[in-house]
Amino acid sequence: MRLFIHHSNTSKIIINIVTIVALIFSIGLSVSYGTTDIALGTVWQAVFHFDADLTTHQVIQELRLPRAVSAVFVGAFLAVSGALMQGMTRNPLASPSIMGVTDGAAFALVMMLAFFPAISGVGMISSSFVGAGLAVALVFTIGSFSSGGLTPVKLALAGVAIGTMLRSISSIISLHFNLEKEMGFWLAGGLDGTSWTSVKVLVFSGIAGLLIALSISKSMTVLSLGEDIATGLGQNNLMIKFLGILSILILTGAAVSVAGAVGFVGLIVPHITRFIIGNDYRWIIPTSILFGGLLVVLSDVVARLINAPFETPVGAITSLIGVPFFLYLARGSGGGKNE
Amino acid sequence: MNKVEGQKRKKLWFMIGLLLSLILVMFFISLSTGVIQIAPGDVIKTLLNQGSDRQELVLFEFRLPGILLALLIGAGLAVSGVILQGITQNELADPGILGINTGAGLAVVLFLYFFKNSLDATSSLSIYLMPVAALAGAIVAALIIYALAWKKGVNPIRLVLVGIGVNAGFAAFLTIFQLKMDPQDFRQATVWLSGDIWNASWSFVFALLPWMLVLIPIALFKAYSLNVLNLGDDVASSLGTTVEGERRLLLLVAVALAGTSVAAGGGIAFLGLVIPHIARKIMGPLHQYIIPISALLGALLLMVSDTIGKNLLAPTEIPVGIIVSILSAPYFVYLLMKAK
Repeated sequence: MRLFIHHSNTSKIIINIVTIVALIFSIGLSVSYGTTDIALGTVWQAVFHFDADLTTHQVIQELRLPRAVSAVFVGAFLAVSGALMQGMTRNPLASPSIMGVTDGAAFALVMMLAFFPAISGVGMISSSFVGAGLAVALVFTIGSFSSGGLTPVKLALAGVAIGTMLRSISSIISLHFNLEKEMGFWLAGGLDGTSWTSVKVLVFSGIAGLLIALSISKSMTVLSLGEDIATGLGQNNLMIKFLGILSILILTGAAVSVAGAVGFVGLIVPHITRFIIGNDYRWIIPTSILFGGLLVVLSDVVARLINAPFETPVGAITSLIGVPFFLYLARGSGGGKNE
Repeated sequence: MNKVEGQKRKKLWFMIGLLLSLILVMFFISLSTGVIQIAPGDVIKTLLNQGSDRQELVLFEFRLPGILLALLIGAGLAVSGVILQGITQNELADPGILGINTGAGLAVVLFLYFFKNSLDATSSLSIYLMPVAALAGAIVAALIIYALAWKKGVNPIRLVLVGIGVNAGFAAFLTIFQLKMDPQDFRQATVWLSGDIWNASWSFVFALLPWMLVLIPIALFKAYSLNVLNLGDDVASSLGTTVEGERRLLLLVAVALAGTSVAAGGGIAFLGLVIPHIARKIMGPLHQYIIPISALLGALLLMVSDTIGKNLLAPTEIPVGIIVSILSAPYFVYLLMKAK
């Protein structure tokens, strides 16, 4: 089965370098494609020899570059969150979108906009952390306290229930306060509103969230073998889980507040990464960053192509890619044996 | 044995009587409340053809068709849920979770998208064709889910997981197609998707009524098969039931009920899941008792939700599907925690 597992570090490094090159190329593609196509050479010029008098340079600097960079961050954040969730729960279906995290963040954002319309950017981000955390806590609690424990199907159904619940309440609030447009944006997921401000938010939360994720990556490998083994090896599981959850909240909160619900990235990227690079989280996390970024940048290009000149929410594209994968998982280990 | 059966029957008729009176009371409350209040006495007067023109207009053209639709859709979704839970032996099955509702919704959106030029979307022909389109969508969705969940048999857990996945896929297609529509069709499409019946008219009532009048009696007639299928495939076939044949027929009935309900009421989630549980709690495991009680409970719940949705934030109307979700999702969570 596991044809692609490479044990030598050299091949892992090569895979990562190839992905970085592909990522840079796809960022170039994302910047050059748009309402007016801009040649890759001009993109290079605009980035490294910026000329404020040229409109194309301005378009690149003010609109397209922040968008492409945001896409990379959003993809990376969601992918790492998914990897951490799957590692901690040993549940193949654990991921932000399955667990209602995005609905939770959207719920908090709608609440804030409804009751504190003058909220600052930082306030928005922190409320989306809180919302995401609320949803995760609810879904985990329901799953863990139910008889039979946190099985994949319990997790998925609890996520559906909590997600629907939070979305329903947000709908009522947004109907009452005329916030349907904002609400629709978060639920569909899109990158068309991104600016350098969003990039700044992403960079700051990224430094915190990704550093935590990387620092616990070795312990995550041990934890993913099972809690008993990890405890037997003298590991403080509670601390690792706390740091893991903190990192998940920072990363998904930031991603959702910038791009809305970009579904299934956190589900599929960690699986693909594990398939290619093995089960060592010291490699899974950095490689997930790259794969996740690549997936969302390319999906964003497709989202702009598919119905030009109108934009399709990038979340619809990642869902279409992710669903077949989810079905494959549901038929396999996640779906249980045929009783 | 006969005495037990007699008691059950008595309980059934008592419950039917109780639910019918509750429905009647709610019916009048629902008719009299809204942006324009009409006193219950005036409601009766108007129904007896003695009200003012204005009251007649509000009641007969706006409220009555909406309430009747809520009753029909509620009954249809609840019975659909009973059948689905019975044949899959899975107490967490429901047309919404399995993706049948979204399949029907997608078909309605595609129907509006491709035929908007040849048919006037509000003409009566398209209203009668809409349930057919939704039905086709629901059947295709059910086939896809069944096929994808098939792996030397259909395991209930896999069925639910595959349903969730297929649901997400349909939802993504819906987003893409919705954005390709012009704004007016877009608005009309969103009517179905959020589970909304306030756009109701008499033509919708007459388009839906024959489906319910045929399908719910079939379900009741097949109650014995459902009882047997619910015992598991092995027991069922040893009792002489042709398992797959009966299962497919009943699946078709359930899908048709869900599909036509969605055509008129949109994606109303959780109702088909929660109602059968409550009915089972009241009446025990036999489907000849569960089906009529579920139909009435479903009708009642949807009518109550519809009334709440219209009055809670008036004049803003909240789509009924949202109210149903908020009312029944906690019960679903409770069921989920209990289920093994």
